[in-house]
Amino acid sequence: MQIDHLEITALIGPSGCGKSTLLKTINRMNDLIDGFHIKGKVELDGKNIYESFDVNQLRKRVGMVFQKPNPFPMSIYDNIVFGPKTHGVKAKDELDEIVEKSLKRAALFDRVKDKLHKPALALSGGEQQRLCIARAIAINPEVLLLDEPTSALDPIATEKIEETVLELKKRYTIIIVTHNMQQAKRISDKTAFFLLGKLTEFAPTEQIFNQPVDKATRAYIKGKFG
Amino acid sequence: MNNKATQGKDLLSVILRGITVAAAVITGVTVAIIVGYILIKGIPSIDSSLFALNYTSDNQSLTTSFINTVLMTALALVIAVPLGVGAAIYLTEYTRNSGKLVTLIRYAAETLAGIPSIVYGLFGMLFFVVSLRMGFSLLAGSLTIAIMVLPTIMRTSEEALLSVPMQYREGAFALGAGKLRTVFRVILPAASSGILSGMILAIGRIVGESAALIFTAGTVAEFPTSVFSSTRTLSVHMYSLASEGLHIDKAYATAVVLLALVAIINAAALLVMRRITKGRQHL
Repeated sequence: MQIDHLEITALIGPSGCGKSTLLKTINRMNDLIDGFHIKGKVELDGKNIYESFDVNQLRKRVGMVFQKPNPFPMSIYDNIVFGPKTHGVKAKDELDEIVEKSLKRAALFDRVKDKLHKPALALSGGEQQRLCIARAIAINPEVLLLDEPTSALDPIATEKIEETVLELKKRYTIIIVTHNMQQAKRISDKTAFFLLGKLTEFAPTEQIFNQPVDKATRAYIKGKFG
Repeated sequence: MNNKATQGKDLLSVILRGITVAAAVITGVTVAIIVGYILIKGIPSIDSSLFALNYTSDNQSLTTSFINTVLMTALALVIAVPLGVGAAIYLTEYTRNSGKLVTLIRYAAETLAGIPSIVYGLFGMLFFVVSLRMGFSLLAGSLTIAIMVLPTIMRTSEEALLSVPMQYREGAFALGAGKLRTVFRVILPAASSGILSGMILAIGRIVGESAALIFTAGTVAEFPTSVFSSTRTLSVHMYSLASEGLHIDKAYATAVVLLALVAIINAAALLVMRRITKGRQHL
């Protein structure tokens, strides 16, 4: 499976089919789980991420946004500078610039510019999720992993996140796990359908939704199971 | 549901309600009576001589004991907090409920918490005072009492760390932060109010402790000149006055001061906690 530069790839499939697990393999978040073992290879720029990368350096290049918004219990500003500070950015003006740029790209800047030093947890769910996106892009990753980023949000917040994601596509390679097939259809360039832990079909989104080759894919897309 | 059953249920819930109300009232009244009794007996005996700079057998001044209490508490916390919080971090962040060592540490901590303080006193006397030749001293006392409050601090810190949502850890790791940075910049601040409440419990125990200190810190009511000076804390001061039997009124007056001290510490801690947790409800 080849994920292309500056494209949005959607991973779809019924619950428990392994799409989130695959996603979490790409930035090695699965390392945290007891009893996790891996077969096969994941490569970034042709290098095996389990061998040729320091895990923290890998995670700097492959950012992640989770299903449930998880801002840290600190100010909006501190949330965003946490990543850059981790990777050695110290100068105040540089950090200020990163905060502004990241928030603008996550389409949150205008909403929070007057309360950057207020607690992040006072924001609404949708705003928190955009803050998490801003936090993830503050370390300037190349790849952005989104694990059902809108499943905990209402339709309006979802729409805004989708707009943001489409905007982010210009700069980042995005892989998104979603339960919402319409969402995959709306925003992704390529779609991968998973079933029972196996990649069943991987093709341009249009093709997957209009002329799926696999029978199971067709049935799933038509809403016959899942 | 028939009428009779409903009535039976109502009666039961009324009775249960009555019992819980009674329990709450009895608890409240007991505390009120104790505090009231101490205040009534103690306040009339509070005079300026009680706060004279130096203790003599005439004035029974508690000033030196008060200072010693503060010093003893501070020193014990300096020893116990890094150890207790450190152990809690190890147990929650580095081992996650696995392994024999963890079970052993938990079991040891629970056992330590249940040992009567007089046993700590005896151990402290034999080990610190005699074997390590510290003599009756501030140091021997604070070491003993630090061991005593260690399990409290460890267990409350552990609970506080465990209550920090897993998502914070994931969030930090996903940003490329290492374990150390995640623990110290994200997890510990998020757990700080819980850890602080453990420290308050510990302070309460230290301030109120007498048995373990009589055998280790001694009863000299003077300002310490070094950590090897023998010292007398407020509780020990109170114990001495009461057991000598000559100045029971002063013992009550000391109790009032002790009570006020504990109340002030609790209030201060509550204030600090509110500061920290302000606008920081968890996920």
